Amino acid sequence: MKYNGKTYLANEINDQIKAAGGTATLTEVLGERFIACGLKEGVVTIEGTPGNALGAYLDGAKIVVKGNGQDAVGDTMNEGKIVIHGSVGDTLGYAMRGGKIFVRDNVCYRAGVHIKEYGEKVPLIVIGGKAGCFLGEYMAGGIIIVLNKDNAPDPIADYTGVGMYGGKILVRAESLDTVLPEQIKCRRMEKGELSAFTPYIKEYSAEFGMDESALVSGTFYLLEPDSNNPYKRLYTNN
Amino acid sequence: MLLEGEFRNPAGCAISAIFDKTGARFSGADIIDSIAVMRDRSNGLGGGFACYGIYPDKKDLYAFHVFFTIHSARKDFEEYIARYYEIDSDEDIPTRKIPEIVDEPEIRRYFVYPKQQYIDFVKTGPDECVFRTVFAVNTEIKGAYIFSSGKNMGIFKAVGFPEDVGRFYRLEEYEGSLFTAHGRYPTNTPGWWGGAHPFGLLGLSVVHNGEISSYDANRRAMEMYGYKCTLLTDTEVITYILDYLTRKKSLTFEESAEVIAAPFWSRIDRMGEEERARATYLRDVFSAELVTGPFSIIVGFDGGVMALNDRLKLRTLAVAEKGDKVYMASEEAAIRRVCPSFDKMFYAEGGKPIVYRVKGGKQ
Repeated sequence: MKYNGKTYLANEINDQIKAAGGTATLTEVLGERFIACGLKEGVVTIEGTPGNALGAYLDGAKIVVKGNGQDAVGDTMNEGKIVIHGSVGDTLGYAMRGGKIFVRDNVCYRAGVHIKEYGEKVPLIVIGGKAGCFLGEYMAGGIIIVLNKDNAPDPIADYTGVGMYGGKILVRAESLDTVLPEQIKCRRMEKGELSAFTPYIKEYSAEFGMDESALVSGTFYLLEPDSNNPYKRLYTNN
Repeated sequence: MLLEGEFRNPAGCAISAIFDKTGARFSGADIIDSIAVMRDRSNGLGGGFACYGIYPDKKDLYAFHVFFTIHSARKDFEEYIARYYEIDSDEDIPTRKIPEIVDEPEIRRYFVYPKQQYIDFVKTGPDECVFRTVFAVNTEIKGAYIFSSGKNMGIFKAVGFPEDVGRFYRLEEYEGSLFTAHGRYPTNTPGWWGGAHPFGLLGLSVVHNGEISSYDANRRAMEMYGYKCTLLTDTEVITYILDYLTRKKSLTFEESAEVIAAPFWSRIDRMGEEERARATYLRDVFSAELVTGPFSIIVGFDGGVMALNDRLKLRTLAVAEKGDKVYMASEEAAIRRVCPSFDKMFYAEGGKPIVYRVKGGKQ
């Protein structure tokens, strides 16, 4: 199926994608919401700027965006894969509970807010560039990797991991000056520790045709909740 | 059946702006196209535009845009205004009759300037005269609302989807150097003509996506300084806070942003000594003007535009530049619609104002 930006309503687009078995190329996309919502199979390729909640509740299909995403990409997704050849806005992977999201460049605020894992369902978010504030806010499980491909001095921002009580955040950086919540443990990863995560970095590199060797080298920091220091107060005073 | 305003709506709203940094004027057609992309964010209960640089032939006069919702209001208003103002001209604001916009009040504009004896009486300048008149009319003359009162700018708003409101007001026939737009999805308050955005006072205008938790505290604080909230919605008070801070207290827009979206104390604790002293001073002196709750706003002013998110960034706002043009919108798609490729794009961060001025614009 091919779409050329002529129909406005997202359910019409989604009905057509499903009728075509899940595989479709959409061009001239501009702000249409809920594209590929809940889709179980197929590959949806999007040219343009898809609207909010792209791939919400995604359940097995793959979405490739040749451009930027907006807010709430992969909202509550359950299974499948989203690949963004650009950057995205806020709340990437909101409450995600499975599947994988790869963003070539940067993500704005609250990526991975409240993502969770159970058994074999371990959601994965790989961010090629930098992440905004509140990365992994209330995170309950899963893996977030910030690759910082351009070697920025501050790849993550304030309030990363606020309210986090499960899961892992990996950050590639020479040093990490970001002030983290008291309830987060942050340490440099030891040699060999990264190997459990390199398949994800290789997958990122393969999706965007990049050289993986630069991305697996350098220092990685690991952020996890500190179970010895449970929460008393999540936010500061006004 | 419950009427609008008697039940709670889920949140939405869309905002958008186009600005030329050289002050060059362009048609209002683009801003309609931009806001129309975000139609899903509104529900048809309010749309509007603030347009700057549209009255160059009368740029030294105050342009009052007025709604009259009852028949007697116009006579009362005109008698009142004639006492205090020289009236250069007045006319119906041109509209296009379209089925999407219904129940319109009488909509007129007046180009005026305070009489010398009124300026002498008030003593603090013609802007202060207009400030007093706006609140006197909006609170004392039943059925009359001055919803725009700046020089060489005008607000156009209605109940409807914004793209329909733009067609209704024939916006494509105006040329300006800054246009801001709003599509409304009212949450706690009625969808009525006066409650549509933008809200304006003198040359200031505000469009807002969000919901202000501190509204009542802010409203009471502003009433102490003579600002009376009459339009039944939270955004109005942001406009008055900004007028108070920038006009009466002579703060810059950047400093005002630091007041209404003040940094958290935990962040202030980490600042260098000088910066910490300034941030502490602003929080202490203007504590009642702190605005909490989710918001993204675009503020139009004489010679510039400011975008600001709440400090937790619970709303989103994209900004793009292309040559001398600046674009701002709740969604990137709304920018791409009128500017398919830009030089750079970024999102406004929480509590960090993005300000653009024409050369020589107001600080």
